[in-house]
Amino acid sequence: MIEFREVTYVHESGVKALNNVTTKIGDGETVAIVGENGAGKTTLIRHVTGLLKPTEGEVLVDGVDTRQSSTATLSRKIGVAFQNPDHQLFSESVKEEMAFALRNFGFSPKLVEQRVSWGLKLFGLEEYSELSPLILSGGEKKRLTLACILAWDPEVVMLDEPTVGQDAIQKEKLAGTIRMLASTGKTVVVVSHDIEFLWPLQPRVIVMKSGGIVADGPAPDLMMKKEMLESSRVAEPQLVSLYRELSKRPSAPFVDALDARLWIEADQ
Amino acid sequence: MGRILEIADFGFRYPDARKKAVDAFNLEVDEGEIVVLAGPSGCGKSTLLRAINGLIPHMYKGEYSGHVRVGGASVESTSMKDLAQTVGFLFQNPENQIFMFTVERDIAFGLENLGVPRPEMRSRVDEAMTLLGIIDLAQRAPHELSDGQKQRVALAGVIAMRPRLVILDEPTSLLDPKTAMELVDLVARLKSDLGTTFVVVEHRLDLIVRVADRIVVMNAGAKVLDGTPRRVLFGDEAEGYGIAIPAVTKVQKMLSKDGIASVDRLCSPAELAATLEKQRQ
Repeated sequence: MIEFREVTYVHESGVKALNNVTTKIGDGETVAIVGENGAGKTTLIRHVTGLLKPTEGEVLVDGVDTRQSSTATLSRKIGVAFQNPDHQLFSESVKEEMAFALRNFGFSPKLVEQRVSWGLKLFGLEEYSELSPLILSGGEKKRLTLACILAWDPEVVMLDEPTVGQDAIQKEKLAGTIRMLASTGKTVVVVSHDIEFLWPLQPRVIVMKSGGIVADGPAPDLMMKKEMLESSRVAEPQLVSLYRELSKRPSAPFVDALDARLWIEADQ
Repeated sequence: MGRILEIADFGFRYPDARKKAVDAFNLEVDEGEIVVLAGPSGCGKSTLLRAINGLIPHMYKGEYSGHVRVGGASVESTSMKDLAQTVGFLFQNPENQIFMFTVERDIAFGLENLGVPRPEMRSRVDEAMTLLGIIDLAQRAPHELSDGQKQRVALAGVIAMRPRLVILDEPTSLLDPKTAMELVDLVARLKSDLGTTFVVVEHRLDLIVRVADRIVVMNAGAKVLDGTPRRVLFGDEAEGYGIAIPAVTKVQKMLSKDGIASVDRLCSPAELAATLEKQRQ
């Protein structure tokens, strides 16, 4: 369980990035955090790993204040794939990159080998295993950071803009991976602008604006609130738009039979 | 309308690579077109972009074949500096191209390098900031800005050079949906106001199709589809190449396939709803 209690975070420059945020993320939940650029989404997830400590309020992970835990302890429990993969890739080869954290966490050499080959396979990176991570494409780097994290099997997986640089096939695989994680009871938190990617996952959605939470609820409820979405600079998914537009026109076909869920299925 | 970009039988193989990254590639782009370049990861899009802005062959060495001409000049025999006056390049991550202490200094950087006289530089920087709606950020430090703002600063730096051809590499990927739509609108406006040509790599086609003139799909280093957004997205092949068909277009295709409704152009959700209502009446 991750709990934010009246969390405020003020940057050194004096800018308030989080403003009195209170929310809980339960074990096994799939949560999407959306909102305009600069709304505080990334700052929020950085507090969970203890990379940032609140200026006011507290962040609890399984009941323990992040100020009382080391980043090393927290990161064993919580894996974060940052928005810019260049911030977390540094090894000489893709294989070494994946093995690095596993060795640090004290996995046996055999287990390291097994987990590395599992991760490379899952994300289609096997052919690059001996190459430098720095020569991979942007999309491949993103997949590598995700593979690195999943390899040590954290309880919570946080993904900051995971679809950047991914084509439709990779996005589908990523959605499959998120569903797989959710089905094994992991907590998954996805920060993303890619509403079309998030919609079929039907997550709990937290909408942020100016450092605060402006809405929080299941995707089908929140995504129908057009005005709230617009004021938070979030677009509604195309299928929701179509549903809303058809509902306005009672004489258009299918309106009677139409249910948002039907359109979700159509998208899968 | 002139031809701004001509790629004829272009191929490139990186040193030590077994296969060519791009092979026997042909593409012609007319001035004022917005061309979307799509295709699965590793299909050669980045290599092609590098061949257009001159990074290939000037910075990346390898086996080069065929011709790439921008504004009539051969990329191979034109210096990067001269090319920079015709071709502008916006990276996916604006942090890769923003590094000065203030926004306006950053936008002026390219012009300073070209030795543009100061008064002219001033007016071009102001014009670019106005076009991109960032005049109030002029004195701010770029690293303090949000990603959307940084992206606009980087694009202002490109536009200030007044390039005839602008290459955008996934320009919306770090932007919130509304800011992304504003950027797409801005691209359309720069095309109509200045006649600028755009080649855009973009995975989120739902955002860009409404302003695109053409979609070119690459696969395994070759061009596999080239046509209007309608032709490419309504066809059956695009999905196989990892192209994200917008959700509303998928519904349109399902409706036509099942004979429920025929819609022969790409629609927004509102347009589709209106068309369906009309066909019912």
